[in-house]
Amino acid sequence: MSLEYTSSEMMSVTAARALENGMTCFVGIGLPSEAANLARLTHAPDVVLIYESGTLQTKPDILPLSIGDGELCESALTTVAVPEMFRYWLQGGKVDVGFLGTAQIDRFANLNTTLIGDYKAPKVRLPGGGGAPEIATNAGEVFITLKHSKRAFVKDVDFVTTLGFGRDGKGRDNVPNIGKGPTRVITDLCVMKPDPETKELVVVSLHPGVSCEDVVDATGWEVRFAEQLESTPEPSENELTILRELKARTERAHADA
Amino acid sequence: MAEFLSLHDAVARYVQDGATVAMEGFTHLIPFAAGHEVIRQKKRDLTLIRMTPDIIYDQMIGAGCAKKVIFSWGGNPGVGSLHRLRDAVEKGWPRKIEILEHSHAAMACAFEAGAAGLPLAVFRGYIGSELPSVNDQIKFIECPFTGERLAAVPSVRPDVSIIHAQRADRQGNVLVEGIVGVQKEAVLAAKHSIVTVEEIVDDLNAHPNACVIPSWAISAIAVAEKGALPSYTHGYYGRSNRFYKEWDAIARDRDTFTQWLDDNVFNAAQNHAGENS
Repeated sequence: MSLEYTSSEMMSVTAARALENGMTCFVGIGLPSEAANLARLTHAPDVVLIYESGTLQTKPDILPLSIGDGELCESALTTVAVPEMFRYWLQGGKVDVGFLGTAQIDRFANLNTTLIGDYKAPKVRLPGGGGAPEIATNAGEVFITLKHSKRAFVKDVDFVTTLGFGRDGKGRDNVPNIGKGPTRVITDLCVMKPDPETKELVVVSLHPGVSCEDVVDATGWEVRFAEQLESTPEPSENELTILRELKARTERAHADA
Repeated sequence: MAEFLSLHDAVARYVQDGATVAMEGFTHLIPFAAGHEVIRQKKRDLTLIRMTPDIIYDQMIGAGCAKKVIFSWGGNPGVGSLHRLRDAVEKGWPRKIEILEHSHAAMACAFEAGAAGLPLAVFRGYIGSELPSVNDQIKFIECPFTGERLAAVPSVRPDVSIIHAQRADRQGNVLVEGIVGVQKEAVLAAKHSIVTVEEIVDDLNAHPNACVIPSWAISAIAVAEKGALPSYTHGYYGRSNRFYKEWDAIARDRDTFTQWLDDNVFNAAQNHAGENS
């Protein structure tokens, strides 16, 4: 029997599956947080979630609205000061994977959360770097999740807030003490991975019901597809149930507060 | 020793026009009551430092207090933009402001370096980011031992830092609990500091390794009950996520914002953050 689910749910479930049990994950707010907690509540009960507010090994019952909601601290193993978080735990090499969202991403997986347009006269001012610039270079590897659209997936980002592989794909070459960088991008249409040589993002898996044309139409560069293009496995009933319960709990809690 | 002052007097004494001010609290313990007092006293030309400007700086920027903001993430967490910050940056209302932006790691390290009395912070950061091209306060140095290229930023040394905490004892020692952010670092890095607290107690009941800031490291303590609303105080009250969402509509429009400011800050009693009225 085929299940009913939305493309957003498909994205969250696929992003969650990227996390393996026992990984230590530095979690960005929003979609990454939803995916990481879904992983923890399904196949990866021992995934260690870390948020930049200093909460180590946190197990929130509801998704936080902000990166420093009380829920994160109350359900954490311990809470450390923010300088310690960035210096000891992230820079010190204790994080396997950084899980990030973004406003804009380009073909070399560089992320822009700073602004659209010119720096001196921005068309749209975005929040800025936050933890991302150092998460992306100090974590062992980086997963990125965001909705697929031509506005978000551009050939060249307006501003490199956070390094993927640089404007020429060589941004990590010969840099000591740097992580692998983005190893996968999970969207509501597909999964992309960097080409091992050029580092350009290539579609490796299409979600059920999505065509190559759909991805081409939502991508701002001439996107390439892997020769062995896979079909992303559908969400299971259990994953969907747990995701929906998590979101319903979260909505109720935020409406009351 | 910290002096117990009213919030009005603490701000009047330590926040001068043109000062560099850090008001910290990483989504938790944000000193809103103190921010509103700064607005009420019409402080001007402040350089405001804060990792996450949040709606407290949105309010202060919209009220015309700031000439410069140094930050690393300027949004309304989980909601969207800071519309007053954007209006000031994009349109110069109510005045043009300068911004200097960093990453969280850079600012956290800069606060720590300030507390440590160092002129700079060194860390492994900004690799491949274009932030150094728009912020001349980001430099790179070579490690004298390994040759590794590392990022360097000046330490944060505010004229005054303002934080909110759970409680102080009668000697003026302060206990900070929960998400402690860079509050201790902010206090120790500053020339002067104001700590607002929920209450004064006889005994802090602090564990041996708790985050306690000694009285002699603080300039002034002011009681501000619910002084962190609409953010929260761990153990006292929760975050008003509803107000954070409502703020989006209030801040989007200049007139709505100005009216809100009149109703909830200028015409509100001191020490009352106004969000519950």
